[in-house]
Parts: sequence; C-alpha cells; structure tokens
Amino acid sequence: MTSPSPDTTAAVDTLTGGPGRRTGAPRRGRNRRGAPLPLLLPALIGLAFLVLPLVALLIRAPWRSMPELLTSAEVWDALRLSLVCATVATAVCLVIGVPLAWLLARVEFPGRGLVRALVTLPLVLPPVVGGVALLMALGRNGVVGRSLDDWFGITLPFTTTGVVVAEAFVAMPFLVISVEGTLRAADPRFEEAATTLGASRFTAFRRVTLPLIAPGIAAGAVLAWARALGEFGATITFAGNFPGRTQTMPLAVYLALQSDPEAAIALSLVLLAVSVAVLAGLRDRWMSAS
Amino acid sequence: MTDIEEAARGAERVNGGLDARLVVERGSFRLDVRLAAAPGDVVALLGPNGAGKSTALRALAGLVPLSDGHLLLDGAELGGTAPESRPVGVVFQDYLLFPHLTALDSVAFGPRCHGATKAEARALAAEWLERMGLTDHAGAKPRGLSGGQAQRVALARALAVNPRLLLLDEPLAALDARTRLEVRTQLRRHLADFEAVAVLVTHDPLDAMVLADHLVVIEHGRVVQEGTPSHIARHPRTDYIAQLVGLNLYRGKAEGHAVRVAGGAVVTTAEDFTGPVFVAFPPSAVTLHRDRPVGSSARNVWRCEVAGLETRGDRIRADLTGELPLAADLTAVAAAELELRPGATVWATVKAARTHAYLA
Repeated sequence: MTSPSPDTTAAVDTLTGGPGRRTGAPRRGRNRRGAPLPLLLPALIGLAFLVLPLVALLIRAPWRSMPELLTSAEVWDALRLSLVCATVATAVCLVIGVPLAWLLARVEFPGRGLVRALVTLPLVLPPVVGGVALLMALGRNGVVGRSLDDWFGITLPFTTTGVVVAEAFVAMPFLVISVEGTLRAADPRFEEAATTLGASRFTAFRRVTLPLIAPGIAAGAVLAWARALGEFGATITFAGNFPGRTQTMPLAVYLALQSDPEAAIALSLVLLAVSVAVLAGLRDRWMSAS
Repeated sequence: MTDIEEAARGAERVNGGLDARLVVERGSFRLDVRLAAAPGDVVALLGPNGAGKSTALRALAGLVPLSDGHLLLDGAELGGTAPESRPVGVVFQDYLLFPHLTALDSVAFGPRCHGATKAEARALAAEWLERMGLTDHAGAKPRGLSGGQAQRVALARALAVNPRLLLLDEPLAALDARTRLEVRTQLRRHLADFEAVAVLVTHDPLDAMVLADHLVVIEHGRVVQEGTPSHIARHPRTDYIAQLVGLNLYRGKAEGHAVRVAGGAVVTTAEDFTGPVFVAFPPSAVTLHRDRPVGSSARNVWRCEVAGLETRGDRIRADLTGELPLAADLTAVAAAELELRPGATVWATVKAARTHAYLA
C-alpha cells in the first residue's frame, strides 16, 4: 500500500476542512514518507497499544452464544437503564449547563476564571471521589441531602435518580466546555443586532444565539451522553449496584467479569458498538480535524 | 432653573428629532460630540479610523453606555434606556443578518419582538421586502444573497421596527466598487423617503456627500467641523478633510493679499483679509518647473524637493517638501519631461486666482 499523494490529500481536505488544513496537507504527506525511526517505532507501538485491546475483545467474543447472552433480561435491564439514565443526565446537563456556558462566555464578572476552573474540576477529579463528594452533599446525612430528606422526603443515593445525578455530575463539564467554546467563537454582535430590533437579552439568546451554536450544543451533548453512559466510579459510589434500579452497563460488565466472563465480553461489545456509533456521528467534527 | 431655561427646554421637547451630547470614556479615549438633527435629516459622521464615529453610533443605539451627556429623541430622554427599548434601527457594517433565518424571517424578527403575531410580522416583512425589490429573495438565507441584496435586507430589517432614529454603520463599505455605486443611489432614495432622523457613519467622503444633508467631521473623539457637504468641501478646516476632498490646506495670518503660513512661506491670494485665515488650492493648480521660472504670471513661486510620487489614474501625484509642503498633480508626460524622482529639486508655481482664502 502506498501513501496517498499530496495532491489527493489536499483534495480530500478541501472537501472536509478549512483553508488552514488545505495548505498544511502537502507538507504532512512529505513528512510521512520520511518519518525517522525513533519517531515511527514509538508511534506504531502507541497505535498497537490503543487498538490491540479492542481487537482482542473482538477475537475472544463468544459469537456463538452471543444471541442468548444479549437477550437475557438482566442485560436488557442494564442496557435500558444505562440508555435512559445517560439520556436524562444529558437533558439535565443541557438545561443547566448551556446557561452556565453562556454565563462563562458572555458575562464579565469577578472570579470568572475561578468559576471556570471549578466547572472543569469534575473533568479531572477521579469519579470515585466525585461519588463520595456527592454522598457528602446529597446523601441522607449530607449537607443538603438531610434537608431534602427531612423536608421533602426525597432520597437520592442508591436510587435511579441518584444514577442520573452521578452521571450528570461527571458529564456536565464536557458539555459546558464544548458549548462555551462554540459561544466564544460565535459573533456576539448577532445578539447586539437582535437587541437593537427590540429583543430582550433572553429573546436574543433563544432566537438568535441558540440556533447559531446548535452544532456545538449537539457535539457537547453527545460527548456528555457518552461520558454518562460509561460512568462507573461515581455511580457505584453514590447510587450503588442494584440490578434493575442502579445497575448500569459498566457496572454489569464489571460484575459479570467475576462470575461469567463471556457475558462481560458480550456486554463490553455492546458498549463498544455504542461508542463507535457516537464516534461515527461526530466524525465530521473531529476526525476531519486530525 | 429660570423661566427662560424652562421655556427653552420645553421648546426643545416640542421639537422632534435628535438632540444629543454623547460622552463615552474608554481608557484613555474620550468621545465628546454634540449631534442635532431634525426629522427627515440625514447626518453623516465622517472621520478617520479610530476617530470614534462607530462608538458614537453604538452610544446612540445604547450598545455602549454614556459616561456623560444626554440623548433626546423626539423630546424623550433615552440616555439610560436599554437598547431593546429604544426606537432605533441599526444597519450594521457587515449587516449581521442572522445566518439561520431567511430574509423574510430576518425582517419579521423586529416586529415579532415588538409584539406582532407571526402572521402580522411576516406580512409586514413581505411588504418591506417588496419595497426593497427583494420579493424574489424572501426565502433566501444570507449565504444566498449578494452584497447589495444583503444590504437591502439589513435596511428593511432596521426599518421594519418603525424607528425614530435610523443608524447606518459604514453602509457601503462591504460592497465592491460596482455594486457600491448602484446601492448608494438606492440607499439615497430610501433615506430621502425616511421621515425620521438618520445618522450614518462613514470614512468615505463621497458616500457622506451623496447620502447626507449635513456632515459632522470627527477626529480624536471631537467634532472638528460640521456643515453642508458643499461648504465643508470648499472650506476644509483640518488636514484630514483637505486630503479627503483633495486640497492643499494651510493656516496662516493674512495681511491684504499675502498670507504668511506656518514655516514662513507666503501665499499670495486673490482674496483680501486681515488676521487668521485658511488658504486652500487643489493639487491641479500647481505647475512644476525644473528651473526657477522667469517671467511666469504666477504670483506664488516656491522651491521644493520631491518627497514621493504616486500614480492616480492617468495623473501623477507628487508629494513635495521644502518652503511649502504641498501636493501637485501632473501628467505622466510632464513628469517624464521634468525627470521627477524622489530627492529632485523643482520649482512650484500657483496662480493667486487658483487659491481660495477664508477666515479661520
């Protein structure tokens, strides 16, 4: 197999990307032919390192018993719960995360840098720590959870709602960062133009800004949804592992691995398929940029 | 407040139109301009980049707050009013048509925000598009519109809210030369039909002179001159305006027909004044000679050095320094015969009858 000629690369990039990429493409083509060994070797090892586990998953998959493994009630419960919780968590992230992103992108206020740092903290925080923190805040004896329990009789930990809370906590930074970036790139003068036409700031946001940043919101939502779907640490800490109630797919995979490795592989394949589907949905956004 | 002041303010209130003093402070920049216009007037704010024209426009729209001053429109104070509550329409420099809306929905946006139903707003928008000759493009998104069409959609969008003050920021700057000519003529017609105050910002003197009844020239955040286009073109008071309208301009002290300008040179003029005056003459009034002219009828003779040469259409513009810094226009043939090149010494003559002196 030969590497594509610079011209072909340029033509492909012209179709998929902007002018910056177009000019960069021919040079990349030349570099690839002359890649020095000290760079090429680690690069190939890195590639193998990332791809091999997924290939192994496919090799060891119990293809023959797959149909019955995937049609068991337990798997369906876990899959359904995962999809529902991830979707609801994404909806929660959208309702409170988009306004938060707008605030960070459009309103100057003291300590904005600090607020942005706090928003991104769950991104780097070990999810288990997030789960513990959620227990301290919303647990039955938590800072807020006690009042929720006493006054409204609402209990969050170890419930399906708790799963949504844990997933939203971990996934929201992805959405906020994505939407904030899109908002910063969007021309704020469109909002000004709407204002001079008599639109209040909220109307301007709803009727002008929101449609303009819709692609960014969609991308952020998909990222958040994928993150929520794969959530493990915060969920098991805050919501526990009750089949049908709080046992999502990642939890089911982990549990199955102890007792029934074949089932674990089958469940993993389902999650892999979902991930690939997500990536395929976003390929225009990220794959073309690489 | 005395009765007279009270009465004066009352009279101001009865008079419609615009009466504003706009003060905006931003770091070291300070804008302080007075603007007044009657309904039906078209005022152009003319000035170099960074003079504060656009800031003045944004202050009128409420997009930047006033640090001081006032803004009376038809007698109502708008200084503290939010932009969405001002009866103001804005045509932005690059139009800012909403990329996701069709021309019809863009124009209907304003009426919708002002409480019209969807059907009413669309009917009104269709009417405006028809008036702009854009009925065929009602369903087009901004991407699908030419520059001239986008400009008209932007104008329709601004007018559809029935503003008492129409603001246009460099309305023709985004257009190519050919479209510009056509759109300028159309815009002039639409502005003539507009019954309230229109204020436009431009750095192009031709746009200002064609479109406006009244020019306000702003430099460094201040008004340096205002008046009718023809008056300003004939009586520039700053180098910027003189350059815009293509005149050599000097400030000096007159004693009879002789005006001594800064630097010591004397310009002989046709007019007879005493005291501080401006003297202006066009570059085409300057004749250049290789040697000191003998027996020339021109009363003004200066020794100059060529600082630069520039081709302008079929003429050559020579930039001269020396006794009197000036610009001279000559034909390419003349330039070749004179062997003009930067650093060369030439003699410049100007007939007194070609100069124009006026009191400073």
